[in-house]
Amino acid sequence: MNAISKEPERHEIEALLPWHAAGTLSRRDADRVEQALAGDRELARRYDLVREELAETIHLNETLGAPSARAMEKLFAAIDAEEARAPRRQRPFDLGSRVSELLSKLTPRALAWSATAAVAAILVQAAVIAAVMVKEPGIPGGPGLASALSEGSFAVVRFAPQATANDITNFLGAYKATLVEGPLNMGGQLYRIRLSETKLPKDEIGKIVRQMQSESKVVGFIAAKE
Amino acid sequence: MQLTSDEVLIGRIANGDRLAMQVLYARYHVRVFRFVVRMVRDEAVAEDLISEVFLDVWRQAGRFEGRSTVSTWMLAIARFKALSALRRRLDGELDEETASAIEDPTDDPEIALEKKDKSAMIRKCLVGLSAEHREIIDLVYYHEKSVGEVAEIVGIPENTVKTRMFYARKRLAELLKAAGIERGWP
Repeated sequence: MNAISKEPERHEIEALLPWHAAGTLSRRDADRVEQALAGDRELARRYDLVREELAETIHLNETLGAPSARAMEKLFAAIDAEEARAPRRQRPFDLGSRVSELLSKLTPRALAWSATAAVAAILVQAAVIAAVMVKEPGIPGGPGLASALSEGSFAVVRFAPQATANDITNFLGAYKATLVEGPLNMGGQLYRIRLSETKLPKDEIGKIVRQMQSESKVVGFIAAKE
Repeated sequence: MQLTSDEVLIGRIANGDRLAMQVLYARYHVRVFRFVVRMVRDEAVAEDLISEVFLDVWRQAGRFEGRSTVSTWMLAIARFKALSALRRRLDGELDEETASAIEDPTDDPEIALEKKDKSAMIRKCLVGLSAEHREIIDLVYYHEKSVGEVAEIVGIPENTVKTRMFYARKRLAELLKAAGIERGWP
């Protein structure tokens, strides 16, 4: 048996097992857990216990049933009553959400029929990313928007043409990365993303960048940036 | 077919689109209901609460900024509503209910039969956990929330999320041991 030699490290990995079983760890953490499980039989046995708990928690929740139609009727009666009292005003035309909505409907298959469509997708994607980044003054940022542009560890990335707004958001979320700048004045729809709020060692940045590069559905090109 | 994203639905709801509200309700009402019913242990109360949760979504959609996913945002609202409802109950009522769910070690015929079924016993012990421990186990295992998302819903630091999950699992192991199932952990 080749158990993890450092007990604190093992404890840290063990604490992540429930999220590993549920599939909600970042790629980086999931890889760490997988490596530890491969070399530690006792940890693997404990992981089996976690999986058992997960299965029974799902089973238990699935036996809880569903609410009756009464709940929905009550909800929409309340909404109707509110609207009758004070109808809400339509929000002004929101380009960001409309473009995002359009992009979310574009699938790789739909786009594959011509290069023109692919170019259009890149332009739409750029518009979405711009919409994410350009915020009104005084309004807190949305997902993936960094508050500071200069601190931390960075990479430049070109997103794959077929990546949807959801893909990009999920990708950034999984790596706890934030979009800070772009498109950069380097051509090719490059964006600067922040990998960490602290300055990481070069080899750590290289490892993250290699992992991100493997996400070919979302990432077309990526490189570390000083 | 690609589904309309939750964020797009929220944008439409903010503009008063009832159909978008119906779609969002259809997508999440069962999960939100189960989360709430596990907290309040009363289906009728849970039904009332989910109406309130979705009414809040309708009212606050225009202020949703996308800092978290829509489901995380809704579960945080649901948790707040459930805790408020629990506070309105008589003190101690839930603790007695919790204790009666698991602590009786007597081997009546029914329990003896359940001992043969480890899965059923794990589920029984999951029911017997405290509200705090049930909540975190459900969020992680059933609602598939990450460490960060649980922290946001429950309002505690990420390290506390991991610690609380560890102690919830430890308590589950203790309940199983008391029920005659030794798992060799912790």
